[in-house]
Amino acid sequence: MIIEWLTGFTLVVGSGFMLVAALGVLRMPDLLTRMHATTKAGVLGAGLIMIGVALHFASGPVFAKAVAIIAFLILTAPVAAHVIGRAGYFMGLSLWEKTTVDELKGRYDEATHTLTSPPDVDTPPDDQGRA
Amino acid sequence: MLHYAIIVSYVLLSLALVLGFIRLARGPSLADRVVALELLASLTVGFIGVSVISSGRAPFLDVAMVLALTAFLAAVAFARYLEKGGQRSDH
Repeated sequence: MIIEWLTGFTLVVGSGFMLVAALGVLRMPDLLTRMHATTKAGVLGAGLIMIGVALHFASGPVFAKAVAIIAFLILTAPVAAHVIGRAGYFMGLSLWEKTTVDELKGRYDEATHTLTSPPDVDTPPDDQGRA
Repeated sequence: MLHYAIIVSYVLLSLALVLGFIRLARGPSLADRVVALELLASLTVGFIGVSVISSGRAPFLDVAMVLALTAFLAAVAFARYLEKGGQRSDH
């Protein structure tokens, strides 16, 4: 009985998070914020649903499969988001007009596809290696 | 109780699929479409989870596992294409 309630709860909450992720991908203003919505809320939603599956069946193999799916999602989602965000930035996509900080601005050379270090790394502080 | 929870989850996930598909069709640049495609894949993983519970057939979980892995590979391949040789910007 309690297991049934818990399963229903995780299913509904997980689906709700996935709906929030879809709303985010539709309503957010630029690529990076959209990715931020889908990666976190999407993985949390799918993970909650898989927890519900493991609770419902309560058997060893199903539990192992559910844990494997959750592990895959948690391992792959950040890597995929990082790679897509990097590609989007290098493609020259414009950021949202209210973005306040762009740390890579002026440091990325489009022709040679290289990044230069920030200026304070090139000139170490005076007290290093002189005393 | 569980019956109603399954119905509510199906409705929420279907709505989410529709919203993600709108972004997939509209998305101004190719990268936005890739993000929407990845969201659709993870929504489908959730959908398979709910359908495994409602049908009682646990072996369908393998489909969800394979889908999660192939979606990741597709995203990485798309990103590599965009970075190495895709069009610079299509909007």
